[in-house]
Amino acid sequence: MDHILEVERLSVRFGDNLVLNDLSFQVAKGSSLAVIGPNGVGKTVLLQALLGWVPSSGSIRWAPEVTFGYVPQKLDIDRDVPITGMDFLAARASLTREAGRHTGPATANILDLVGIPREASQKMIGTLSGGQFQRLLLAFALLGDPNVLMLDEPTAGIDQPGQKQLNELIRRLQQERGITVLFISHELSVVYEHSTEVLCLGHGKARIGSPRKILTPSLLNEIYGTAMDYHIHEH
Amino acid sequence: MSIESLLLSLAMAVAAGLVGCFAVMRRMALAADALSHVALPGIGIALALHINPVFGAAAMLFFGALLVWALEGKSHVGAEAIIGVLFSVALAIGSMTTSGEELIEALFGGMGVLRWPELVFGILASTAVVLFMVIQRNKLVVMLVSPEVARTAGIDVRRLNLLFLETFALTIALGMRYMGVLLMGALIIIPAVTAKRLARNLTAMLQSAVAISVFATLGGTLLAAWLHRETGPLIVIVAAACFLASFLRR
Repeated sequence: MDHILEVERLSVRFGDNLVLNDLSFQVAKGSSLAVIGPNGVGKTVLLQALLGWVPSSGSIRWAPEVTFGYVPQKLDIDRDVPITGMDFLAARASLTREAGRHTGPATANILDLVGIPREASQKMIGTLSGGQFQRLLLAFALLGDPNVLMLDEPTAGIDQPGQKQLNELIRRLQQERGITVLFISHELSVVYEHSTEVLCLGHGKARIGSPRKILTPSLLNEIYGTAMDYHIHEH
Repeated sequence: MSIESLLLSLAMAVAAGLVGCFAVMRRMALAADALSHVALPGIGIALALHINPVFGAAAMLFFGALLVWALEGKSHVGAEAIIGVLFSVALAIGSMTTSGEELIEALFGGMGVLRWPELVFGILASTAVVLFMVIQRNKLVVMLVSPEVARTAGIDVRRLNLLFLETFALTIALGMRYMGVLLMGALIIIPAVTAKRLARNLTAMLQSAVAISVFATLGGTLLAAWLHRETGPLIVIVAAACFLASFLRR
């Protein structure tokens, strides 16, 4: 299979604290890799290392034509900052143009794709609901026309229907546009339903495999140190 | 007031309005005030060397901003805390190197005759500040929302931060003649805070801040001539009146 990412013996250390230790895995082009594990095992640090933001040892090899989109964890934006969704997206669109790349997808098309109504895009970003704001961040990422999307708990703090819609949207992007998706999640039922591979980080050794292979009661108990409860919706 | 002086003060007002918007949105309102004190030792040294104090202030502010940026990157202490420490030290050194009336002028404005090197510097520096804000506007917006997201959009966040801090420092130096370093912080912050209350999008905020800053500068200058007082404090009072008036709007 064609790999978009190959990681070999990746370690990240902050001072005396070894956050990631000797991690090796591969990600197939167009697949959806879920990164799971208890708090503090370095899930966000892994994404940061893959993006080259934190110093690491070992090797990280991305396919040459890769372009990234990144959706961070819930951001804390003041309600009264007069930057609208459109201001934010227009800024991204103009950066794409300045970079001399093709004009990229039209902002209006991206708004339709992620399901942000026009009137919501004119609102100040601090007043958007959690779900709308995450969609806006996804729209921002898509304006860069990425072939790899990295999402750090994209649905944290969003209500159930909002989570479902956003997860469906991300899956559609992966399946219809062939975008490779790397996402961090604590929602094991979402991981089961939406990922093709699962990377489970524990304080000991990391495991990677299909959701069926990784999301077993015994392995989860071993990693999380407690029984994990989740619902599986088979398709 | 001469045409040259008026031109210089208006250029300063436009620059202050634009820089203030991003300073306020980045929650640097107090930093403006504190960073301005870094100018003091520069003023003292310039006066001792018989150089125009504006240039001494500008040089010191340049290094102050550079130091804040470098320390911010090296340590986990936020820019606010670092500026707080720098300010106290600068004030201590500044009060030793500057004395009496000169110190008051440096703090509150109202210096002697405007000479052409200062006029040329002021106009060029204001133009540079305005151009920077207009050209970098989109990058600043993205960095404001999320530095991480900005990085994936290809923005060199560290470099942009340095450039913004230096632009901010240069704007404070621009205000020395009319506002003094202490009051310039107010001209950067008050119009922007007022505009933030009134505006519903970024363009409206930038335009309102510039309009309020120019209005306060013109109004304060006219009042100063009429009342035979220093211009700086009156500019701040007009700006503050605009801020209070913004509460009537909503």
